[in-house]
Parts: sequence; C-alpha cells; structure tokens
Amino acid sequence: MAADATTQEGGLVFHPLDQFIVKPMFGDGPIMWYTPTNVTLWMGIAILAIIGLFVLSTRGRATIPTRMQSIAELMYGFIYKMVEDVTGKDGVKYFPYIMTLFIFILVANYLALIPTSYSPTSMIAVTAVLGFGVFIVVTILGFVLNGASFLGMFWMKDAPAILRPIIAVIEVISYFVRPVSHSIRLAGNIMAGHAVIKVFAGFAALTLVSPVAILGITAIYGLEVLVAGIQAYVFTILTCVYLKDALHPHH
Amino acid sequence: MATQTHDISTCVDAGGSAIGMPQLCADWIPNQVFWLIITLIVIYFVMSRIAIPRIGAVLAERSSTITNDIAAAEELKEKAVAAEAAYQKALADARTQANEIIAAAKAEIQTELDAELAKADAKISVKAAESEAAIAEIRAGAVKSVTAVAKDTAKELLKAMGGTVDAKTVTAAINTRMKG
Repeated sequence: MAADATTQEGGLVFHPLDQFIVKPMFGDGPIMWYTPTNVTLWMGIAILAIIGLFVLSTRGRATIPTRMQSIAELMYGFIYKMVEDVTGKDGVKYFPYIMTLFIFILVANYLALIPTSYSPTSMIAVTAVLGFGVFIVVTILGFVLNGASFLGMFWMKDAPAILRPIIAVIEVISYFVRPVSHSIRLAGNIMAGHAVIKVFAGFAALTLVSPVAILGITAIYGLEVLVAGIQAYVFTILTCVYLKDALHPHH
Repeated sequence: MATQTHDISTCVDAGGSAIGMPQLCADWIPNQVFWLIITLIVIYFVMSRIAIPRIGAVLAERSSTITNDIAAAEELKEKAVAAEAAYQKALADARTQANEIIAAAKAEIQTELDAELAKADAKISVKAAESEAAIAEIRAGAVKSVTAVAKDTAKELLKAMGGTVDAKTVTAAINTRMKG
C-alpha cells in the first residue's frame, strides 16, 4: 500500500481512501457478515481499551483514586452530569446507554489516530447504525412514554395560528433529518480528517514540498485530536437532546 | 496483499485501491453492522454490569467520606471553641481573684497604717501637752520676774525722783498695768 501513494509513472498518485478498505483478518476470502475483518480487530481493541480503562483501573475501588481510575471517574462524572443537565432527573436511567455510545465513539476515534490503525467511526455504515439506533429508540420511547401527545412536539402552540402548519411541516422534516445529520456528521469529520492526512502524506513523497507536507500532517493531526474528542462529545450531547425531546416533548 | 480481492469484491480495483468511497461499498456493510452490534453489546454489558456500578459506588463512598470528615472537623472546631471559652473563663476568674487579693492586702495595710497613725497621733498629743505645760510654766515665771523687776524699778525710780510712795500702791498700779 505504501507504494501506491508514491510516484508512479512520473506523477503523484493519491489513494487517500484506501485506508478505509475493509479487509479480512485471515486469508483473502469474500467478506461475509460474520468474517473477522480489520473492523472487527479495531473494535475489539476498543473493547479491550475500554475494559482496561473502566474495569482494570477501578479494580482497587480506591477512595483516593489512581490516575487511571481518576480518568474513568472524570468520564463517568462528565457524561452523568451531561445526561442529568440535558434530560433531567428522569433521564438518568438511560445513562448506561449514553455512556456506552460516548465511550465507544471516543475510544474508536482516538484509536483511529494511531498510524496504520483502522477507524470504524469513519464508516457511514457504523455511524448510521448508531445514529438511526438513537433515532428509532428515541421515537419509540417518545410514543411509549407520551402516547399520541408526543406528536404535540411538532405543533408549536405559541406560534401564530397561520404559521403552525408550516412550522409543523418543517419540524417533521427536521425530525427525520436528525439521524442522517447525526451519523454523517461523525463519519464525515473522522473520514475527512484521515483522508486529508493521507493526502498530505502523498505530498511528502516530493522532496521539495515534503517539509511543508510533514508540517501539514502534524497540524492536521493536532486538529484531529481535537475533532476526535469533540465529535464524541457532540454525538453524545445530541443524543441527550433527542432523548430530552422524547421524555419532555412539550417544550 | 489485497491483489486477489479484485476477483471477489466490486469495491477494490486490481491494484488493491478503493473504487469510489469504501464507506459506500454495499458488500462491506453487513460485516461492519454485525461487528458494531456485537461491540456495542459487549461494551454495554461491561459498562452497565461492572464499570458504572463500581464507579458509582466509589464516588458515593468518597462523598460520604468527605461528608464525615467535614462533620468531624466541625466537631473538632466546636471543641476548640469550647476550650477557648473555658480558657477565657479561667483567665477572668484568675483576674477577679487577683483583684480580691489586692483589695484584701490594701485593706490590711490600711488598718495597720491607721493604727500606727493613731499611736503616733497619741504620742504627738502627749508631747504637745507636755510642751504646752512647759511653755506655760516658763511664761508664768517670766511674768512673775517682769512684775518683780517692774516693782523694783518703779520703787527705785520713785526713790530717785524724791517721791515717797508706799510699796502697796506701786504694786497695785503695776498689776493693773500688767493686766491691761
């Protein structure tokens, strides 16, 4: 693969998207739904990292925490407070689900920054499962908890009577666009960052511009470190906001 | 490594590079979805069964420890305040006691002083009486001498002037003069 990014036939050839190819871990067979692939590998590493951070580090149950335990506690407190602040006290019972989403996206995003690693959260299939999963669960929850009055969310009672149907149409459209934007935002950010790094890496093959290219990689990498955290945060807080709509549809 | 995949995948070309976006390759989607769901289930169980209860317990324990420590500190502070009050009270008591002792000593000294003064006064008055008696005696003696000298002088003067006067008249005259 390294040869692909270097000059061929006298010109620069970029394959910035090759890093997202799904490959079987063992052999070269077709990729069935159960085949262990590089996606599987890096999701497995994410699971191991999460177990290391949240289970092994808290094994001591220390009142005065170790560094790792302190990180786990800070993340717990951060998401717990977010859920409590955004959705209110009755949203706290959904905290484990939101924590699962946050920690998976965060760890996957950061693991993807390791060179030669694979980034599951850059795949639209992955983020669409997350985004539509949140959308479906929140919609079902909204109808189960509030019945038909959940639809009142789309009917603005404080708007002028003439505008209400128009606003309702806009609200319904925006409601159904939510899972799309929710999932594409995450996948797009991660994919774009990684592709840009790869493009800069392609330029590094030219002696003349290689210092600039390497500086560019460094800068984009720094930006990606921010993006990895921010996107996990954004995904989680939007999940909380959608959940709040399901729990309290009457703003 | 990916050279053979072009036979079995529509998303990778003969050179092992992606055709279009790998994100949109339909062949790979079921695989990712399957493994993602497995991963999420595993993470959910790890978090909800082990990590979250454990961290929640640790945090609760810590906050109760902190509350207890603060309560203990408050108690100690109250004790310190009580000790300070006791100290102040002891100090005030000691001060009043000292004042009492000083007053008693002063009173004692005063009575002693009064007694001594009375004694001294008595002595002084005795001496003064004695002195007065002595002065009175001296004064009486002096008057008598003056009278005698005056009579003698008057008699001698009369004799020298040639007059004759009996002694009784002269004495009476001098006595009236002396009284005046």
